[in-house]
Amino acid sequence: MKKLDRNQMAARVARDIPEGAYVNLGIGLPTLVADFLPKGREIILHSENGVLGLGPKPAPGQEDDDMMNAGKEPVTLLTGGSFFHHADSFAMIRGRHLDYAVLGAFQVAVNGDLANWHTGGADAIPAVGGAMDLAVGAKKVLVMMEHLTKKGESKLVERCTYPLTGARCVNRIYTDLAVIDVKPDGLHVVETVEGLSFEELQRLSGVPLKRLATAA
Amino acid sequence: MINKLVASPEAALADIPDGATIMIGGFGNAGMPAALIDALIAQGARNLTIVNNNAGNADAGLAALIGAKRVRKILCSFPRQSDSWHFDKAYHAGEIELELVPQGTLAERIRAAGAGIGGFFTPTAYGTKLAEGKETRRIGDRDYVLEFPIHADYAIIKADRADRWGNLTYRMSARNFAPIMATAAKCTVVQVREIVELGGIDPEVVVTPGIFVKRIVKVAATLKKAA
Repeated sequence: MKKLDRNQMAARVARDIPEGAYVNLGIGLPTLVADFLPKGREIILHSENGVLGLGPKPAPGQEDDDMMNAGKEPVTLLTGGSFFHHADSFAMIRGRHLDYAVLGAFQVAVNGDLANWHTGGADAIPAVGGAMDLAVGAKKVLVMMEHLTKKGESKLVERCTYPLTGARCVNRIYTDLAVIDVKPDGLHVVETVEGLSFEELQRLSGVPLKRLATAA
Repeated sequence: MINKLVASPEAALADIPDGATIMIGGFGNAGMPAALIDALIAQGARNLTIVNNNAGNADAGLAALIGAKRVRKILCSFPRQSDSWHFDKAYHAGEIELELVPQGTLAERIRAAGAGIGGFFTPTAYGTKLAEGKETRRIGDRDYVLEFPIHADYAIIKADRADRWGNLTYRMSARNFAPIMATAAKCTVVQVREIVELGGIDPEVVVTPGIFVKRIVKVAATLKKAA
């Protein structure tokens, strides 16, 4: 089986983002998706800190301390981009104006529950940022994560054991092994990586999977 | 004649008492009013409640205020960062109280205070730990959590340009929380790069109208800008 690396996962997500979409990419792995958006499509990236139309990283020496993305990395603004304050920014998120949010995850449950903000450890400092707003607000929530933890446990679970970010909010999951849709009757496998059978994916996942009748 | 210009950051913050609630603009370093925070550290007020998206980065600004043990409580969405060591230390030592608020709820609670709203129902955080103990309501086909406004005694923010009436414009993503914080505090103090004559800001592009601003201090820009 050929697991996807981080860039291949990002490219796979990018392929599904259509022309004209307004998209928020979460911090970390999802941010990579920006590098793989198909050149011919106009896709507008939103950032929580009040930016629509994020462009690529600035050239060395052209960084501007007033121009950051939500991960506090220097970015540029596309021609046609705009700035706005935080309440407007989250009106875009909560008000169902964003077409897609791409988020990382610790766990996703079969009912679409998402856990991605807190390990729940007594000593861990909790930090949530905009994750809970994105989880309830975006029209489609796409999760991007490794299929298994470093210990080999499935991140797809019956019930999240980590604290929830949002209940029943995930629409589609992209992992290094498969693309899986979350539907009212459970998880439907859209595709698997080369050399990985449905049965083997089922065995690794530990939660019931269904074969999608018609591949998306 | 209205003139909100104040001679120095120190003069602008001289009356902040112990125990005050202070909103501080900025998202990380973008929009952080560094000169005003330095003046607040020098001013000495203690036992402060701070509202900011984060809990300080590295050793300057809000991080230094926390490092100086002047903050009793912080309301923020994302305290934990790779360089938030001053907050981390105070938190683990039990010296600082944290009210963790989802970022959009934080923004809306600030907006609500400024707009005279007594509370609002948001779908954010429903069914999560951050909604535990809070009133909820089903409206239509969705579940919502009741949230209350956050009022402040002072807001200290950074803008790009101001006139003597306090009309403000901002620069790029440094705008972030500043316009809503300006509305939610009894006394809003602004650090600006440039003061212009009345009329020097096109009325069509004023972001914060002067009614929300009490004091303005001009501070030379120190942050790096693209050429």
